[in-house]
Amino acid sequence: MADILRPGATAPDFTLRVTPDQNLSLKELRGRPVILAFYPADWSPVCGDQMTLYNEVLPEFQKHGAEIVGVSVDGVWCHAAYAKHNHLHFPLLSDFEPKGAVAQTFGAYRRGEGVCERALFVLDEDGKVFWSYCSPIAVNPGAEGILEALEELSKKKGETHERVESTSQQERSHSGR
Amino acid sequence: MSVLKVPVNRNDHILGDDDAPITLLEYGDYECPHCGAAHPIVKALIRNYGNQLRYVFRHFPLTQIHPHAEAAAETAEFAGAHRRFWQMHDLIFENQQRLGIPMLLEAAEYLGLSAAQLRRALETGEFAGKVRSDFTSGVRSGVNGTPTFFVNGQRHEGSYAFEDLAEAIESRLEQRAA
Repeated sequence: MADILRPGATAPDFTLRVTPDQNLSLKELRGRPVILAFYPADWSPVCGDQMTLYNEVLPEFQKHGAEIVGVSVDGVWCHAAYAKHNHLHFPLLSDFEPKGAVAQTFGAYRRGEGVCERALFVLDEDGKVFWSYCSPIAVNPGAEGILEALEELSKKKGETHERVESTSQQERSHSGR
Repeated sequence: MSVLKVPVNRNDHILGDDDAPITLLEYGDYECPHCGAAHPIVKALIRNYGNQLRYVFRHFPLTQIHPHAEAAAETAEFAGAHRRFWQMHDLIFENQQRLGIPMLLEAAEYLGLSAAQLRRALETGEFAGKVRSDFTSGVRSGVNGTPTFFVNGQRHEGSYAFEDLAEAIESRLEQRAA
């Protein structure tokens, strides 16, 4: 299996087509957790489909303020048809030209087959990889790992906030003296 | 290997004896053709294993690709509130080809329940919370599609063919006997 980017690494920025006339840059999503789901191809069998599952789990992702984007080497028109057919409510990005270039920067490209790995990345607010997982290509990894990562991330953020608050309290009591 | 994160509890629909050595739990979607195909297989397993098997069904509707799956799940819950869950469960799967609101209302009447009351329950989403909590428990247990089976809390990685499920059950029974 591929050597994908690990926690701590900074996610390389990219700009990809999201619709036939619109681009999306990773840096536009800064300030909130981002789920990057690389997958091999649109139109895999329906009932066990990974993107269909994420579409259903969307409210749970949103509870953590997270954005999810799917990435494959399929073209924009293919994505458009696939998203429409499955009523997807999140963006699919086209890593189409040069083919797989973005997936390669994440270590999530299968050169032999010319498709993305089934690789998941949860990025923190600063665009750093917080959690990553590469699934066997035929296995839908589900959403459990993503949700656990988002929960940990939220918890960490809560702790930082508490720290900041207690520091400012100290400062206040300090200045009051 | 994925394990069941939310154990069988009193909010579940349970068929069979609580003391049964085997618990077969399914996450299913009433509009999913594979779940429809698995339905008679589950019934055959129940017949075959008798009081050795306890069967539990939890909802995992993929609502964006199956437009009637949510209403069907809520209808089963509505029937469950009137102690008719399993009758409704069977009726829905047996009539999967014509699944839709008219069929669900008809099924309610067939079971002696009020179609008007069911319609209201669907409109107000009275049972949506229960369905969603089943779904979320499935996601937490690594359910990635339907049907997904758990045998004594361990995810069944094989197919839903009778032979595969029976083999998983037999091996648990043998472990117990050993």
